[in-house]
Amino acid sequence: MTERAAVTAESVYKVFGQGAHAVHALENVSLSIQQGEFFTLLGPSGCGKTTLLRLIAGFEMPSGGHILLDGQDVTDLPPNKRPVNTVFQSYALFPHLSVRQNVGFALKMQGRPKAEIDGRTEQMMALVKLESMADRKVAQLSGGQQQRVALARALAPQPKVLLLDEPLSALDLKLRKEMQVELKRLQTETGITFVFVTHDQEEALTMSDRIGVMSAGKLQQVASPRDIYTAPVNRFVANFIGETNLLPVTAAKGGYQLGCGVIVSADGNGSTLSIRPEQIRVADSKAKGAIEARVTNLVYFGTDVHAHLELGDGAKMVARLPLPPGGDTGLMRGSNICVDFVPGAARLIGE
Amino acid sequence: MAERNFEVSRLPGFATTAIIVFIILYLPIITLMVYSFNGGASIALWEGFSLRWYEIAWNNDAVKSATMRSLTIAAAASVISTVLASMAALGTTRRDKFKGQTVIYVLINQPLMVPEIVTAVALLIFFAAVKVATGYQGLGYLIAAHSAFCIPFAYLPIRARLEGMDLTLEVAASDLYASSWQTFTNVTLPLLMPGVLAGAMLAFVISLDDVIITEFVKSGGQDTLPTYMLGQLRRAITPEVNAISTALLGLTVVMLTAFFLLTRKKN
Amino acid sequence: MSRAEDQQKKASARNGWLLSAPALALLIFAAAGPLLIMVAYSFMVKGDYGNVKWGFSWDGWVGILFERDIFDGTLRLASAHLVIFLRSVKLSLLTTIIVFGFGFPTAWFIATRNPRARAIWLFLITIPFWTNLLVRTFAIGEILRTEGLINTLLLRLGIIDAPLQMLYNEGAVLVGMAYVYLPLMVLPLFAAIEQFDMKLLEAAYDLYASRFKVLWHVILPIVRPGIIAGSILVFVPSLGAYVTPRVLGGGKNMMIGNFIELQFGQGRNWPLGAALSMTLLVIVSIALLFYVRAINRGAKGGGHG
Repeated sequence: MTERAAVTAESVYKVFGQGAHAVHALENVSLSIQQGEFFTLLGPSGCGKTTLLRLIAGFEMPSGGHILLDGQDVTDLPPNKRPVNTVFQSYALFPHLSVRQNVGFALKMQGRPKAEIDGRTEQMMALVKLESMADRKVAQLSGGQQQRVALARALAPQPKVLLLDEPLSALDLKLRKEMQVELKRLQTETGITFVFVTHDQEEALTMSDRIGVMSAGKLQQVASPRDIYTAPVNRFVANFIGETNLLPVTAAKGGYQLGCGVIVSADGNGSTLSIRPEQIRVADSKAKGAIEARVTNLVYFGTDVHAHLELGDGAKMVARLPLPPGGDTGLMRGSNICVDFVPGAARLIGE
Repeated sequence: MAERNFEVSRLPGFATTAIIVFIILYLPIITLMVYSFNGGASIALWEGFSLRWYEIAWNNDAVKSATMRSLTIAAAASVISTVLASMAALGTTRRDKFKGQTVIYVLINQPLMVPEIVTAVALLIFFAAVKVATGYQGLGYLIAAHSAFCIPFAYLPIRARLEGMDLTLEVAASDLYASSWQTFTNVTLPLLMPGVLAGAMLAFVISLDDVIITEFVKSGGQDTLPTYMLGQLRRAITPEVNAISTALLGLTVVMLTAFFLLTRKKN
Repeated sequence: MSRAEDQQKKASARNGWLLSAPALALLIFAAAGPLLIMVAYSFMVKGDYGNVKWGFSWDGWVGILFERDIFDGTLRLASAHLVIFLRSVKLSLLTTIIVFGFGFPTAWFIATRNPRARAIWLFLITIPFWTNLLVRTFAIGEILRTEGLINTLLLRLGIIDAPLQMLYNEGAVLVGMAYVYLPLMVLPLFAAIEQFDMKLLEAAYDLYASRFKVLWHVILPIVRPGIIAGSILVFVPSLGAYVTPRVLGGGKNMMIGNFIELQFGQGRNWPLGAALSMTLLVIVSIALLFYVRAINRGAKGGGHG
């Protein structure tokens, strides 16, 4: 082991309610997040990602398993004894306090000397560029400004880990893009481990060092954004991140056989083949691995065309074909064409 | 030509009735207030403006001591009931339903459901026995009784405020290293304060207005302003009663205005 | 469930009880507990100078309807008691009806104003609601008095030669109770009417209903929960009224509340007073139960709201 993990979850379970009404929010989740990493928990609503975050923060007790921070078991510690801070989805700024008082809250609670509180508060407000707003009440701020206060407040006590619960979901698109850059900058500048929860795959792909994809209370895959996209391990991950075509295959000599009989090569394990629409191209009918298909529909997208294809066995695929400048793909609805896969792009995945 | 729309919500005679109701509602109160400033001794013949009856009431020792007693009891009952109601509200809101919670609700709201005369009689019986047993005759009985029946009035606005409060604020405080006690004093209490003050105002008004329970529980010489007024019934009515009533009304209206300002929703 | 979760839950329930405990203790000491003692007193022997003597007796309860002959000890129906009960029920019912008659148009009027005006009218109803009941009773009494405003005006105008005796009769009690309890009817009615969807009226008129038919077949059935709430809120305190009949009814027009007080004053019959109080409490509880059931049925049934 090179370094102690910043956050470790050891076979964590969380059940809400009892008996017939019990909801299994987390099932046997194990995870290790490295120091200084920007780690994203990604999944649809109700997948358990926020529950996992709340367990790390200490707002909920796990029904089973352990949470470790910096190698130390904190499972039984209350939130105010854990060296982690949270940026809440609703920001949860104290409406009766000014911006400055909000940012300095944690330091005051820790009983730090006044000079330190003042200095650190100024520094934090400068970090998020809110010095001019210091004495306003939080209700007088815009959504984006409130977001910055929430960040400054959570960073002020210099936590080992910063937890962010869908912090950008309340912002409009433009502001969200700005804040994505801003968050990444803050993380790089402070070197603090960020654990970021989102249901937005684009947010996850652009900001994270690693992503943990969750569904139905289980961690489906933990990998870098690139690996998550190019090498999804199962149907859920492949479908949730970007668009994909899923085709059943059987192992055959020299590769895997599609329903229409063509044999293609693919990496990974499993009985389903995943191929991204942009990894399908028009091919010569004599080429090896060429698949005959009928064009059932063409949808124009400006830079490219989505061709809806039907294979010999009735299986359906969508191919994203680039448009030559000012040109035309030459395809027509109802025509028959041949396509193949970009070498190395096809992945086998499990269920 | 004037255009007359068919107004669906208009019902014949309703508006007239409503206006008559408002006049009937306010006419006696306004008359009572106006004649408190009457120069003469009549409650119906106007003989010029004067503060004479206020002066007479002010110099009446019985009125003075009843006023002081009313204010003392109302202040004590308001503080006690608000503190107890705040604790009960914190205990019964924003947590998983627990066994016996219904019992707590019923007990807290019980003074609202039982006719006051019944509670008054029950207290008379019980406190008579306690007075004999302990020999204590002081204001404590009145303060205890008032505090008890003020609890539901203080409880309601505090509970409403608590239920409207964002739970994540306290979660955020604990995340920012506040202990349970620090969270309570730095976050919960300041945010709860408008509700607590509103509850205290309401309790004060309710205590100040009480007649029946006070009448039954008080020992000799423990008249409050309302029971003093009730005792004056047999005498000829002079504007002195109007002056006392007007002062009481004024105090109530001030308290209620404060209450409304405190509970008014922002924006 | 893990141990930590279980402990958290137990601690939460324990804290709930601990925080409520002081309020409950005071309520048991100075509100609910004495009611139980009163039940016990209703089964005791009456003392010669008030209070009770130890010993079991049904006399308190029997005394509600019967009186014992001083000479031969036989029981006979106490007609004076019956008169008081009947008067209480009659005046309470009449108060409820009168107050509804005036209160419904008022509530409708307030609810159909524009939001700004509505807030003002509502505030005007709320002020009397919170104003001292005794002060309001005095206020209406001063108007009705022999030397009061109405008599003085009528005398001055020469319409009457001698002042009318308007106080100290059942009519005065009725007027007084209607006056003091009116806001209790208007507020729940207003709450119900405010929820009322005015589009339903357009629909009803569109379907050939007249103004009266709209009121009878559409408005009243839909705001029924408000009508029930308001009626109970007026009927219950009317039945237990004490101040208004005492101030406006004089000694002769007692209602149950005054009759109860009498047993602890000149009557010196505490067991009877206790039994009467329990009876009143039971009647009021039945009315409240009826109310809760009616409200629940209203919430469950019916397609509206």
